[in-house]
Amino acid sequence: MPLIEVEDVTHVYGEQAGRRVVLSEVSVRLTEQRIGVIGANGSGKSTFVRLLNGLVLPTHGSVRIDRLDTRTDGREVRRRVGFCFSDPDAQIVMPTVAEDVAFGLRRRGLTKQAISSRVATTLTKYGLESHADHPAHLLSGGQKQLLALCSVLVTEPSVLVLDEPTTLLDLRNAARVADVLDELDHQVILVTHHLEELDDFDRVLVFDDARLVHDGAPVEAVEHYRKLTT
Amino acid sequence: MVHRAPAPVKLAAMLLAGVGSILLTNVWEVGAAFALVLGGFVLAGIPLLTALRQVRPLLWVVAFVGAFHVIATGWERAVVVVGVITTLVLLANLVTLTTRTTDLVEAVVGACRPLRLFGVRPDRVGLLLALGIRSVPVVVGLAEEVRDAQRARGLTASPRAFAVPLIVRSLRRVDALGEALVARGVDD
Repeated sequence: MPLIEVEDVTHVYGEQAGRRVVLSEVSVRLTEQRIGVIGANGSGKSTFVRLLNGLVLPTHGSVRIDRLDTRTDGREVRRRVGFCFSDPDAQIVMPTVAEDVAFGLRRRGLTKQAISSRVATTLTKYGLESHADHPAHLLSGGQKQLLALCSVLVTEPSVLVLDEPTTLLDLRNAARVADVLDELDHQVILVTHHLEELDDFDRVLVFDDARLVHDGAPVEAVEHYRKLTT
Repeated sequence: MVHRAPAPVKLAAMLLAGVGSILLTNVWEVGAAFALVLGGFVLAGIPLLTALRQVRPLLWVVAFVGAFHVIATGWERAVVVVGVITTLVLLANLVTLTTRTTDLVEAVVGACRPLRLFGVRPDRVGLLLALGIRSVPVVVGLAEEVRDAQRARGLTASPRAFAVPLIVRSLRRVDALGEALVARGVDD
């Protein structure tokens, strides 16, 4: 599994009067395959995962993926770390399903045939092949999230970061997305409020008030989080 | 045949038709151009009803322009102007209905390549075009959500109460889209 090193990271939004510390003195090394991230809204968990592919650069400290620094090697880091957001509509950028999956491949110097082949294989693998030429906006919420996942997975990242991917989905679609995640060989870092999704995870990080307050096995981590909220 | 025609050829034909439309001066010429475009729909296997539905959003514009010309320049000129607008919009729809977005974008990117000399980035122009096409249903969806929220709260139709949340939500969506583009390596 890739090695993720977060070293003494503090992140601050705004300046002077509007200054807000959203992450404070976080240090962690992640090598496990399934890592969960939980915490209340505004606790810093989304900022934490955004640090991992360079979407957010730390105000202080450093983040490295397989020794590549997000500050200096952003491009390489983003090739290794795929990111999936909670609202699929915000990350589908092309009008049709196949075109959106192909979007991330067009900058990889692949031939048109190679791109088509990888797109077709990925869509088939995740059950979207019959929608290839359909407008993306006509898909259901669950299909859109699957499309967003396909668009990331087709670029073959080694780490997949997901920021609340099931928040906007009904139970059936959330279960479908969870099944897809279960089958992946990638290192998966999942931010979620659905705590049962973390049952078989290797490690869970708990954030509270901009700090990493617990780091351990799912059962203890969830218990710790519940105590924070009561 | 229309579907298989290369996107650059279709775009060039559309451009030529747009420029050439200034040469159409009487009702018969406009009628012939209109019939030619409708023929394109038949050739492409698209039902004429679908074709005509494409110009429905134009109704108010052509009604206004037509009425203005009837008063200012006479009925014949009004028919020519309205006919030219309708024909060109139909032609544009024929091109978009028979061409994949990727092919359209690639054609535009190709056409913009010479502009690199002036600092234009063709790939960015293509991305802008694709995002524009993608954004239409997204903004329509946001507008429907805002209208539903207004109805649910029993608010009457107020342009301000509709426009403000729509603009705010659209800007938020743009922000999220920007983040997603960075995450997908657009800036790399």
